[in-house]
Amino acid sequence: MCLGVPGKVLAIDGMSATVDFFGVRKELRLDIVDEPVSVGDYVLNHVGFAIRRIPPDEVQETLALFDQILDVSGAKADLMAADVRGEIAAAKHKE
Amino acid sequence: MEKPAARIGLKHGSGGRAMRQLIEDVFLTLASPVDGIGLSALDDGAAIRVGDRWLVITTDSHVVHPIFFPGGDIGRLSVSGTVNDLAMMGATEPLGLTCAVVLEEGFPRADLERVVASMRETAREANAPIVTGDTKVMGKGEVDGIVLNTTGVALAERVVSDAGLRAGDLVIVTGTIGDHGMAIMSRRHDLRLEGDLCSDVAPLNGLVREALRAGGEDVVAMKDPTRGGVAGVLHEMAAKGKVGIVIDETALPVRDEVRAAGEMIGIDPLLVANEGKAVIGVRARSADKVLAALRAHPLGASATVIATAIGERPGAVILDTGFGKRMLAEPEGELLPRIC
Amino acid sequence: MAAKDLFQELKFRDPVRARALSEAIGHEVAALGRRVSVMHVCGSHEQAIARFGLRAVLPPDLELIMGPGCPVCVTDGPEVDEAVALAVQGARVCTYGDMLRLPGTARSLADAQAEGAKVDVVYSVSQALELAEKHPEDEVVFLGSGFETTAVATAAVALASPPRNFSILSVHKYVPAAMNVVAESPETNIEGYIAAGHAAIITGWGIFEPFAARTGKPVVVAGFEPLDILAAILKLTELMRAGKPEVANVYPRCVTKEGNLAAQRSLWKVFRPVTGRWRGIAEVRDGNLDLTAEFAHLDARKRFRIDTAPVRDDEAEEAAKGCICGSIMLGLANPGDCALFGKTCVPESPVGACMVSSEGQCRIWHTYGGVPDLRKVGT
Repeated sequence: MCLGVPGKVLAIDGMSATVDFFGVRKELRLDIVDEPVSVGDYVLNHVGFAIRRIPPDEVQETLALFDQILDVSGAKADLMAADVRGEIAAAKHKE
Repeated sequence: MEKPAARIGLKHGSGGRAMRQLIEDVFLTLASPVDGIGLSALDDGAAIRVGDRWLVITTDSHVVHPIFFPGGDIGRLSVSGTVNDLAMMGATEPLGLTCAVVLEEGFPRADLERVVASMRETAREANAPIVTGDTKVMGKGEVDGIVLNTTGVALAERVVSDAGLRAGDLVIVTGTIGDHGMAIMSRRHDLRLEGDLCSDVAPLNGLVREALRAGGEDVVAMKDPTRGGVAGVLHEMAAKGKVGIVIDETALPVRDEVRAAGEMIGIDPLLVANEGKAVIGVRARSADKVLAALRAHPLGASATVIATAIGERPGAVILDTGFGKRMLAEPEGELLPRIC
Repeated sequence: MAAKDLFQELKFRDPVRARALSEAIGHEVAALGRRVSVMHVCGSHEQAIARFGLRAVLPPDLELIMGPGCPVCVTDGPEVDEAVALAVQGARVCTYGDMLRLPGTARSLADAQAEGAKVDVVYSVSQALELAEKHPEDEVVFLGSGFETTAVATAAVALASPPRNFSILSVHKYVPAAMNVVAESPETNIEGYIAAGHAAIITGWGIFEPFAARTGKPVVVAGFEPLDILAAILKLTELMRAGKPEVANVYPRCVTKEGNLAAQRSLWKVFRPVTGRWRGIAEVRDGNLDLTAEFAHLDARKRFRIDTAPVRDDEAEEAAKGCICGSIMLGLANPGDCALFGKTCVPESPVGACMVSSEGQCRIWHTYGGVPDLRKVGT
């Protein structure tokens, strides 16, 4: 339904920001995003608008979450399921 | 039953199914038997037996917007395109190229001179002399800026078709995919993508010469993945060789910026045009030799094996994503940026 | 640095972790002890699922159904006719690339363009605005498609006092309505829903709570990387097994409970939900987003007399009523059951949403003669 790609804010000029998407830069409008955006932040692009500021620690937390859930070494499928359940629940509680 | 469209649409020129259908329905009526590879083979060019050698002929008309783009221009494109089509047939030493140009009234002379300088430079790089030409000017609005046609001829000892794959063969791509089309697209549709996207347009005859020298008879199929991209070429190779082809997606060489641009506008780099890459089918026993030869050449540094031909599902192209497998659809129509 | 950032994204694509998640899903489905169907309602989820071949790693007893989640595919023929009519009448129609080849009852915007109409593909509604500023002599009509995620961008432009020659032809759709239409079908056997993460950025995951309570089915909001989707399916099967009709959010890096309140205010200032037909599916209550009275001056339907008669094909429109996309999407019918399939409904001139979408059931059946089983190919 909606393509969204995260990129890093390089510069801000009023309601518009220059955002780097892994080597491709594009101007995005900041009309929709509901938090103050600063240089260095990650934002999600949809049709040339930033629709969400992704706090960097949340990127890290999701990654850590997945790492923790899926620490494959020696884990059996049912143990894994329990871990995944716990972690997904934890993610929900963080809201 | 599908009725053919009453009018020609852009999809009929975009290298996919619609274009193939149009060629089969309309242009193949021109085909007549030749001693060698003729029109009916729908290869990159023709090969006509002359004594114990082959005269390879190919022709290509070029239109591109914008005519100057990151990494090249229409002049470099027109010379490279024809040199590459010759090379894909195994003819790496062009005897001569023609240059026919149709200009729109009002076209800036400085731009024309710049395009021609670029042709001269590229022809020198490919060691392909431009030997004759033609010029037409049409009224304003009757043609869009400039159309360049080049035709090339060369002699070859052995012709490589695009139909030679059989089960067990490996498929190599000579470098990163999608660079040209993504660079063009970033300048079209007013996408305003800035940065490192850069066309790969280059004459490949030197690179292909090295592959043929290393692989000899074991180089069994070659094609340059222009319109329709690597996906289009593999569909053709699978259909003509009557094999299935399984692509290892994790092995595909794609630049970060091409991947990112592709995700932003919803376009798979496998479908995007290249102008400086070849897809080469080799017998498995010679794959390492051919790869080493390619990688030793500056244009082939990131050459890699991307796919395997199999006996099952002849004509199908299957993408192994590392998670599971899926059918890769044949490209169709002009690529458009998507929002969803 | 760019490479490192990309690598971080790619971690959501780690096949080893994906296998572990799929094993855990297998465990949950085995514990459920029966065949279960879950549905996602998002074209981008389907693209990710198809692109990465994720169905191949799900247990055979779990059916993952693609719901009416592609806002372009469900845009109805007569809606496209309006845009084609405006283009033929001389307006400059700007729209997203997805919409160009979408057929009306007789013609698409691409056809109109080939016949000389002014049609521009834009990546952003703000480009349409710029075209209006650059071409004061043209009436620039933006054909706005997409779900609420995309509609908020249209709303932002509407709120920014666009020039007088700019107007909007809205065919925007609303996600919660799509889920209602599925859940309210008496024959549905869907036991859980995966909700679209990017739409939920705007509306918040809380919007699905009344739905879960009313239908008694769990909803999980998911992101778009393979691990996001697999984690969501796992969470969903777990809620199903526990019999908990709750809403869970496994896309916390982007989605909050409340969503983007400012964007919601803009959205509902500019748009209001109205009932309309979705291609091949049904009348969908509150499924379309129309401009509000306050923005009537920007509404192309109010500003112009749109005469679709010259571009419309009433016979085709009548025949399209035989389309059974709705049942196919609910998993109640196969493309082969449809009288139109492969005859009047083909990829080049699709009738229903399932043939329009490159990942649609009908398209896949038509291209490959059924759903190909590739698990053992080339091994």
